[in-house]
Amino acid sequence: MAVAVDSSALKQIDASDMHEEGLKRDAQYERLALLGLCSPALLLVMIVLIVPVGWLFFVSFIGADGQFSLENYERMINRKSYRRILYTTFEVSVLTTVICICIGYPFAYFLSQLPRRAANLCLIAVLLPFWTSLLVRTYAWLVLLQKRGLVNEWAIGMGLWDEPIKIVHNMTGTLIGMAHIMLPFLILPVYSSMKAIDRDYLKAASNLGASPVRAFWTVFFPLSLPGLFAGSLIVFVLCLGFFVTPAVLGGGKVIMVSMKIASNIELFVNWGAASALGVVLLVLTIALLWIAARFVRLERLVGGH
Amino acid sequence: MRHWLDSPASETQITHGQRLWLYIFSGVVMILLVAPTLIVIPMSFSASQYLEFPPENWSTRWYEHYLNSPEWMSATFTSLKAAALTSLIATPLGVMAAYGLHTSSFRFSQMIFVLLITPMMVPLILIAIGAFYVYVKLQLLYTLTGLVLAHTVLALPLVLIVTGSALQSYDMNQELAARSLGAPRWKAFLTVTLPQIRFAVITSALLAFLTSFDEVIVAMFISGGDNATLTRSMFNALRDQIDPTIASISTVMIAITSALMVVSQVMGGGKR
Repeated sequence: MAVAVDSSALKQIDASDMHEEGLKRDAQYERLALLGLCSPALLLVMIVLIVPVGWLFFVSFIGADGQFSLENYERMINRKSYRRILYTTFEVSVLTTVICICIGYPFAYFLSQLPRRAANLCLIAVLLPFWTSLLVRTYAWLVLLQKRGLVNEWAIGMGLWDEPIKIVHNMTGTLIGMAHIMLPFLILPVYSSMKAIDRDYLKAASNLGASPVRAFWTVFFPLSLPGLFAGSLIVFVLCLGFFVTPAVLGGGKVIMVSMKIASNIELFVNWGAASALGVVLLVLTIALLWIAARFVRLERLVGGH
Repeated sequence: MRHWLDSPASETQITHGQRLWLYIFSGVVMILLVAPTLIVIPMSFSASQYLEFPPENWSTRWYEHYLNSPEWMSATFTSLKAAALTSLIATPLGVMAAYGLHTSSFRFSQMIFVLLITPMMVPLILIAIGAFYVYVKLQLLYTLTGLVLAHTVLALPLVLIVTGSALQSYDMNQELAARSLGAPRWKAFLTVTLPQIRFAVITSALLAFLTSFDEVIVAMFISGGDNATLTRSMFNALRDQIDPTIASISTVMIAITSALMVVSQVMGGGKR
């Protein structure tokens, strides 16, 4: 008798266990179903992006004879024209980043010192170009910088130089255009990291006798470095893959990696060379973004404010 | 003025006067950021062959030239169609994905999120030639469908991030309450959650539209023929010469972008 009671009690425990397990399973299924909501988006990204890029990765290791080879990568090291392109890309990206830091950092500092309302108003100046078409902005610079353009006209009018100088269709024009387009990408993360700095630290520093300049350099500046670092990295990365602005403002004199990739496909139908360049660009981009993401949330950039 | 210049500007003892250089510098930066784009607008109304500022004689001849050109018109309509369709597809797909990722908290959800935002991180030229290759196989090259699908992929990360962050600050218990009162999940989402994240959804739709409308590089490779986009045609025209027609088209593009921004601000204004 006693045994029977025990076993029925056991059964009951079993049942409730099973019940719980069933619930758990149901919850699991539901979550899976919810995750299924991602599948259309995921499928599309797979077809249009992941699979083709994977294929490019594969093609980059195939030589002209159809066998596995590293010749596409060796070409980058051996051929002078390729070395030149890699160098130019690097040069343009570094210079643009430096210009953006020199202009963007003080401006972000200015924004961070303003009362909220005024800062938001001034932020419009940053966000307005951010939302304007890249092509339109590049075109605007082309018009402004051309030989008979506004910049030459005004500079001559003010006596800065005597006759029209060439400021577009070369490196100068490219750098001006790219810095203009990249500035918001530096200003926004730097500004948001400056906003997060506790003002009391500065108060403390000046209470302890630091001059304003010293308080800035020893307290404020180091605290703003992570934002500056992330912003610079992002600008640098975006510059590496730039296409439109150097193509239009460089006038064929500034050839960057992405332009070479395009011409490899459009003119020479050389998938091997194009994909190898692409893989190098991709690996660099992902690695640098990964580093940047450790300092600032990348999503914040898109939200703008 | 004198008084203001001598007054302290921050927590440290620096005065506005000592900071004057910063204010002037920042003013110049703001002008440099905004002016180059805006200056195109008056220039587009110039009557001369060369773009001047300020124009000596005003005219709308470049607009007439634009409006009377079948190629430019067809490109404009392609771009508008592609952008509208991209927005219509990317927004629901992105919102679905954001909701799915938010509610199903699997460990690998994070991985899927990263996968879905890769289009934002991969250099555009790579996406362009990759899509070009696949489209040749799928016979989607130079079709509107192909263009819209590629632009949808580019727009998805923005929708996902904007909507996702709205969901994060939304209290899911409200939806739970609706469901415990008998509403099926989809109904609870549509009637309770969606209205509350609508500003994010509208912003997403707008961003998706602009992503497609402004995109150059991918369009250069996979759009063409009757389905060439406005940006593709503009880019090709820019390589050859400085055609003042582009100034009028740029002005139209600026107008479209600004109008959309204003619409989103007005619609979002009802939030509070």
